[in-house]
Amino acid sequence: MIDILPSLLKAGAGVGALLLVMVGLYGLSRLLPDRWRERAQTGVFLFPALVLLLGLVIPAILNLRYSFDNRNGVFSGLTNYKHIFTDRESRIVLRNTLWWALFVTVVSTSVGILIARLADGLRGEPIAKALIFLPTAISMVGAGIIWNFVYSPSDFGLLNSLWRLLPGDQGTQYFLQDRTFFGLRSSWIPGLNSFYIMVVVIWIQAGFATVVMSAALKGVPSDLVEAAKIDGATERQAFFRVVLPYVRGTVITVATTTVITVLKIFDIIQTMGRGGLFDTSTVANEMYRQAFPQNNKGLGSAWAVILFVLVLPIVFVNSWNQRRMREGN
Amino acid sequence: MNTADTATASPVGQLADPAVSTRPGFSTRVVRSLDGGVGKLAVWLLAALWTIPTLGLFISSIRPQQEIRTNGWWNWITDPSQTTFDNYRRVLDTRQNGRPLSHYFFNTIQIAIPGALIPIIIGAFAAYAFSWMHFKGRDTMFLFVLALLVVPLQMCLIPLLRFFTGPFYPDALQGIPMVWFAHSIFGMPICIFLLRNFIGSLPGEVIEAARVDGAGHLTIFTRLVLPLSVPALASLSIFQFLWVWNDLLVAKVFAGRQTNHPMTSAMLNMVGDRGQDWHLLTAGGFVMMIVPLIVFLSLQRYFVRGLLAGSVKG
Repeated sequence: MIDILPSLLKAGAGVGALLLVMVGLYGLSRLLPDRWRERAQTGVFLFPALVLLLGLVIPAILNLRYSFDNRNGVFSGLTNYKHIFTDRESRIVLRNTLWWALFVTVVSTSVGILIARLADGLRGEPIAKALIFLPTAISMVGAGIIWNFVYSPSDFGLLNSLWRLLPGDQGTQYFLQDRTFFGLRSSWIPGLNSFYIMVVVIWIQAGFATVVMSAALKGVPSDLVEAAKIDGATERQAFFRVVLPYVRGTVITVATTTVITVLKIFDIIQTMGRGGLFDTSTVANEMYRQAFPQNNKGLGSAWAVILFVLVLPIVFVNSWNQRRMREGN
Repeated sequence: MNTADTATASPVGQLADPAVSTRPGFSTRVVRSLDGGVGKLAVWLLAALWTIPTLGLFISSIRPQQEIRTNGWWNWITDPSQTTFDNYRRVLDTRQNGRPLSHYFFNTIQIAIPGALIPIIIGAFAAYAFSWMHFKGRDTMFLFVLALLVVPLQMCLIPLLRFFTGPFYPDALQGIPMVWFAHSIFGMPICIFLLRNFIGSLPGEVIEAARVDGAGHLTIFTRLVLPLSVPALASLSIFQFLWVWNDLLVAKVFAGRQTNHPMTSAMLNMVGDRGQDWHLLTAGGFVMMIVPLIVFLSLQRYFVRGLLAGSVKG
């Protein structure tokens, strides 16, 4: 416990010194003539943030530049990008990432809507929702450990124990090493092990979807639903044709947010896919693997650019949707 | 929301005979109550399903090593006599790269507190400037900050690391301070964005009144704006704190020596090195999760708000 004090004191002293300098400069600015005072004070308030933002802008530009370098830091044109789109292993990474984005998003959003709908108005609703929401609080590394335990081939592995209950002589399943899709090895579909890891992220993201959707569903005016029912709509019709279209904006928010999270998935591949072995790698994981363990900074930078390009359209859809929702209200 | 949405309601009415629906018949009522019952059952089944993996790990963590290895945790439910906290005691002393796991737990604390607070403090000043100070190009500049939300932090890892290990960066700030700076940089756009949304929506008359009374920007900021922004600051702090606490990537890249790494990284190494030592992994996993779980259970309202707001983080 004592160990951490010097370090925290260091941080405190740093922040304190920064604040002191800011207050000092602010004090000096009051001596300036009116015209200059406001500008100087704006500078004092903005300067630290602008420095940190430059720490984001300049590296991002440099990264783009590095992505054209080869392993030794020599400019080599589009070689890295060519590699990404032609190399067999890289294409597995791209394939996995697209499946991740699609599968996890569709399933966790649907599950979220389903649970939010079923739990709506239920006695004990807050408890049920809290239980489902709980995984969002823990780290992906923690989630990976929890689920490694579930998928374990040992005697204590929950899934293997259930599997052995099935009639017949069931051999031990090595879930996380199964790179085939039910025995099929195709370049278009990831192995079952990737899907098993996706289940874990669905487990995390569904809680987020549930809580957001649940809040949206409570905001649907009840007379709207009543009116539909008086018009003869069944419970199901009212939900799919009235309620769901009404909360469309929220559904898009949940889906786009999930896609962005999933595209950046890294920790869970490290914990459950052993850093991307058995064909489990994804773009963000590959970026790390190439840049650091493989020490190929050029290729790593190129993967980062690929990630950026994948995230970009989703963010646009997200912000377009946010604006539309605000205007709708 | 808008008329287009409500308009979709009307075609529904043409699908069924109104006479049937205004007074539900017996069979409809049976179906409906069944539907409610099934729904209730489904919710609790799903909630149980969602809890079982975590519960399994927790139960395992309080069983003796021999028991964990030889049979499933569910056997504990029928025979809870063999309960022990040995795993927890042992895991804290388990050495990873020459340091006990407790060392990495404290590393996480050292990383997470400044890593959460620095960007919020600096962001609050900037958010005030973007809301209540007048300068040329303010809106353009703010749009630029918003645009930075799009940049995935992966874009900055390699160049930032080059800077941190290059000649212009002081040696005294190597190691954990690099992780603080990295988190502050990556958290900056979201902190400015969220705090500006909040601070900018404070009533302008109050700020104006203070100005008329002769208060300067610093006085208004510290005496008026910060106290009014406590809910927003609390939600953002919790979000950013948990984000940093749970982070693996930024720490792995910037912390340098293994002994500077946080708990997440140490546990990941443990999964690799000691994949068979489940008694240590179960307890270690829970030590790592304990703080997020406490925050989640005690501050759930702020947690939800922070998570929703922070979901746009780049």
